[in-house]
Amino acid sequence: MGRTQRANWKINIYAWLLLLPSLIFLILFTFYPVLQTVILSFHQADLGTPEPFFNGGENYRQMLEDEVFWKVLTNNLWFALGTVPTSMALGLAMALFANKVLRGKGFIRTAYFYPTVVPMIAVANIWLFIYTPEYGALSHVMEWFGQREMNWLGDKTNVMFAMIFMVIWKEAGYFMIFYLAGLQNISKELYESASMDGARPWTVFRRVTFPLLMPTTMFVMIIAFTNSFKLVDHLVIMTKGGPDNASNLLLYYIYETAFSFWDQGMASALTIVMVALLLLVAALQFFGLDKKIHYN
Amino acid sequence: MRKVVKSLFSVLVGMALITGCSSGNAPSSGSQAGTGSEAKTGSGTATAGGNTELTFFYPVAVGGPLTKIVDGMAEEFNKQNPEITVKPVYTGSYQDTTTKIQAAVQGKTPPDVAVMLSTELYTMLDMDAIIPLDDFIAKDGGNEYANDFFPAFMANSQSEGKTYSIPFQRSTIVLYYNKDAFKEVGLDPEKPPQNWDELIQYAEKLKKDGRAGVEIPTSGFASWMFQAFALQNGKNLMSEDGKKVFFDTPENVEALQLWVDLAKKHKVMPEGVIEWATVPSDFLEGKTAMMYHTTGNLTNVKNNAKFDFGVAFLPARKGFASPTGGGNFYMFKGTEAKKQEAAWKFIRFMTEPERAAQWSIDTGYVAARKSAYETEKMKQYVQDFPAATVARDQLEYADAELSTHNNGKVTKILNDGLQSVITGQSQPAAALKKAQEEAEKALAPFNK
Repeated sequence: MGRTQRANWKINIYAWLLLLPSLIFLILFTFYPVLQTVILSFHQADLGTPEPFFNGGENYRQMLEDEVFWKVLTNNLWFALGTVPTSMALGLAMALFANKVLRGKGFIRTAYFYPTVVPMIAVANIWLFIYTPEYGALSHVMEWFGQREMNWLGDKTNVMFAMIFMVIWKEAGYFMIFYLAGLQNISKELYESASMDGARPWTVFRRVTFPLLMPTTMFVMIIAFTNSFKLVDHLVIMTKGGPDNASNLLLYYIYETAFSFWDQGMASALTIVMVALLLLVAALQFFGLDKKIHYN
Repeated sequence: MRKVVKSLFSVLVGMALITGCSSGNAPSSGSQAGTGSEAKTGSGTATAGGNTELTFFYPVAVGGPLTKIVDGMAEEFNKQNPEITVKPVYTGSYQDTTTKIQAAVQGKTPPDVAVMLSTELYTMLDMDAIIPLDDFIAKDGGNEYANDFFPAFMANSQSEGKTYSIPFQRSTIVLYYNKDAFKEVGLDPEKPPQNWDELIQYAEKLKKDGRAGVEIPTSGFASWMFQAFALQNGKNLMSEDGKKVFFDTPENVEALQLWVDLAKKHKVMPEGVIEWATVPSDFLEGKTAMMYHTTGNLTNVKNNAKFDFGVAFLPARKGFASPTGGGNFYMFKGTEAKKQEAAWKFIRFMTEPERAAQWSIDTGYVAARKSAYETEKMKQYVQDFPAATVARDQLEYADAELSTHNNGKVTKILNDGLQSVITGQSQPAAALKKAQEEAEKALAPFNK
C-alpha cells in the first residue's frame, strides 16, 4: 500500500513538473491580472486621482447611472441576437453543402473559410469601402433600387445592421469548419439504415444529423456568443462606436474607458461585469443544454 | 487545407513581426544601460564615442507619404549628428499615438521625444508625464526662439506660465473649393463664400445629382469642426486653464443649428455622419464642390486634384475664425539628462526655419514659425502657389483648440452630443445642454 502511494506521489510530481511552465505563464498572465482587475475595480483610479484609493462599490454604482453603459449593454445584446443564430445556421448550411458536394470540394471549403483567414483590420477596411455612401460597392448595388445615398455607417438605425451583416459573413465560415468536423464524425451506417427505411432527406436531417450534431452546436454557440462580446477591431476602424454610441459595444467601451479616458478603476469594473456576464451565459448553456444532447 | 496551413504560417510570421517590433523598442532600454555604464567610465567625454539613441513616436493624420518624409528628416538629423541616433516609430493615428505613449508612460518606458496632439497637454500634466521646456529654451535661443512661433499655435503649449511643447505639424481648418464647379454654375471662382449665408447660397447652387454642395466631416474630429463654428459666432468652447467648458451657449446652439440645416433643411450636405478620411476623397472625386478640412491635406489635394481648386478662410459669422490643430513635440519625465539634451537638439533641428518651410511645402501643414515664411524656398513656393499662405493668414483669427483636463472624456461627450444631433436623434439646444452637464461632471475632480 505504502509503496503504491509513493509511486503515485512520484507520478504526481512528474505531472506537476510538466505542467509547471504553462502554470507559471497562466499565473503571470491570467490569474494575476484577473486578481489585479478585481482589486482595481474597487478603486478610484483616473486622471483626477494621481494616487488610486479604495472607494468600495462606487465604480459599480456609477456604472448603473451611466447611460452609455446601458446603451452599450443593450447594443451588445441586440448584436448577439443578430449575429449568433444566423451565423450558426449559415455555418451549418454551408457545412452540409460542403460535405455533400462532389466537385471542387477543396475550393468550396476554402471559399467559405476565407473570411476567417483575412486579418481583422483588412476586413474592416474592405467593409469600410463597401459601406461608403455614393461610391462604395454597396451603393452601386443599391443604385438599382434608387437608394444610392444610403449612409450605412453614419446613420443610427443602419449602423448596427451593417455591423451584424459583416460579422455574420465573417463568422459563418469559421463555424462551418466545426460543423464539417461534426458531420464527418457521424457514422455512415446510420444513413445507410435510414435510406433502407426509406426516410426522406428532411427526416434524416431532423432525426439523425441534427441531433447528433448537438455537441458541436453547443460548442459553436458558446464560441459565437463570446465572440459577439469580443468585437472591437472593426469598431476602431469603421465607426469608433458612433454615431453617438449607436454601434458601441461593451468591449470597445472598456477600451475607451481605459485608454481614452484613463479611468482605470471604471474600466476594471466594466471588465468584471463583462466576464461575469459571459460566465453566466456559458454556464446556462452548459448546464441547461447539456442534458438534451445525445452523444454517440 | 494547404491554404489554411499557409494562413497559419502567415499568422506565425505576423506574430514574429509583432514581437520583433516590441523588441525594437528594447534597444532604447538596452542603450540606457549602455550609456549608463559609459557615464560611469567617463562622463566628461560623453560625446567622444558614446552614441545616444532616441526613440521618437509620431502619428499621421492626413493623406500622402508622410512617414517617408518624417523618416527622411530623422535620417538627415542622424547624418548631421553622428553621436545621436534618432529612431522614428510611426505610431498610427493621433489617438493611437496618445494611447501608446500613455501606456508607455505607465509602464515607465516613455519615448524620448514624441509628436502628440497639442490638446493632450492637461492629460499629460495630470499623469505627471512631461517636462517643461523652458530651461532648454532659455539656454538655446530664449525668447527669440519661442516668440518666433505663431502665438495661436503656442496657446495650446502653455499652462501656468510654462511651455511644455513645441509646435510642429500644425494646422487650421480651411475651406477647399472646386473652381471648375464654381464656373460651371456661374459663380465667380475667385470669390469663395465669405459668411454663413453665402455658404448656404453657394452650396445650394453647387449641389446637383451625385455632387454635394459642401461636406464637413462629423466623425473623428467633429468637435474640432464644431469649434470653428463656435469661434466664428463669438467665443471658444473652454476656459484657458482647461477646467471649464461652455458648450450650451445660445451662440453655439445657433452654430449647431446651421450645421444640421446644411443637411436636413438645405439638403446641400449628405445626411448622417460623414467620415473624416473620406471627405478629401469625395472632394478629389468631385462628389462635393466644397469641403471643410485640415490644411494638412493641402499637398495631397494639390497633387491629386484633376481640377482647378481654391483654398479660403472658413466663412465667417461675427468674424473669421478657426481653431488650430495638430501635433507638437513633447519630452518625457524619467529619461536621462543626456537623452533629454539630445531630444532637445532634435526638436531644434526639426523646427529650423528652412526645415519647417520644406515640411510645409511637402505636406501643406502650416510652418509653425514666422521665419519659415522668410526663407527663399518658401517665398518661391508661395509665389507659385498662393493657396499655401491661406492657413497661415487665417492664424490671425485662430484660437486654441479644445483642450481640457480629462480631455478624452470631455471631447467624446461633445462628439456624442454632436453626432446625436447630426443623426436627427436630438435637438441642438437639448444635446448641448446635456453635453455641458456631463462635461461638468467629468471636470468636477479638477475644480475642487
